[in-house]
Amino acid sequence: MRNAELNEMSYLTRSPISLDALLAEVSSAACGGTCLFVGTVRSGPEELGVTAIEYSAYEAMVEAEFGRLLANAGQRWPDTRIAVRHRLGVIPSGEASIAIAAAAPHRAEAFEACRFVIEEVKRRIPVWKKELRVDGTETWVDPSGRPTPHPLTPSPQRGEGGPAHV
Amino acid sequence: MTAKATGTATVRVRLFARYAELVGQAEAVVSVPLPATVGDVVRRLRDDIPAARALPERPLAAVNLRQVKLDAWVKDGDEVALLPPIAGG
Repeated sequence: MRNAELNEMSYLTRSPISLDALLAEVSSAACGGTCLFVGTVRSGPEELGVTAIEYSAYEAMVEAEFGRLLANAGQRWPDTRIAVRHRLGVIPSGEASIAIAAAAPHRAEAFEACRFVIEEVKRRIPVWKKELRVDGTETWVDPSGRPTPHPLTPSPQRGEGGPAHV
Repeated sequence: MTAKATGTATVRVRLFARYAELVGQAEAVVSVPLPATVGDVVRRLRDDIPAARALPERPLAAVNLRQVKLDAWVKDGDEVALLPPIAGG
């Protein structure tokens, strides 16, 4: 069972993410464009002394949901090859918590598929994070009340996302 | 059409992250009379375990590894998970 333990075939890892390994998974002579997204633990002015984030997950559901999510992406961009890894445990600021590689025959699909996967991760992959601060305090992160900074699919009514030419 | 389920369903409830901290446990087993929904399971959990009253009345939920609405039906042996707001990536 893939979800029984964290192993190399899982979408989850407790070790630092190898970007080289991820890129190797999607590498194909048929793909001329590869987009790599890396999400890292942030400790900017808004984070007030965050030294690390502790990630936890409903691991069996993460595995199942990633399978469904990548199947959705495969239907939308059939020639795209996608690999994803989410790290769990305590991750120091500056280190990667997630990486997504999307390779496609042409760059547009690679960018679109990669963006789709990270936005869907934020929406449906059951992972939680607790910010750990230099003063010893801890806070569960609740993004549910925050506005999405950049909607993935701009609504056509606003004149965006329509056909490129008319 | 099958006959409407009757009897009792015993389900395993799993709690994660902040919810596990609030309740002080990550798992519980609850029994509900059938037919029953995920919402019924949440109400039973709140009745059975006083600390579970700290959970929201309408949390995000999953049954058998799929997100569902609270009016989804449960059956005996299901795994019901209550999910805090998702914060991955």
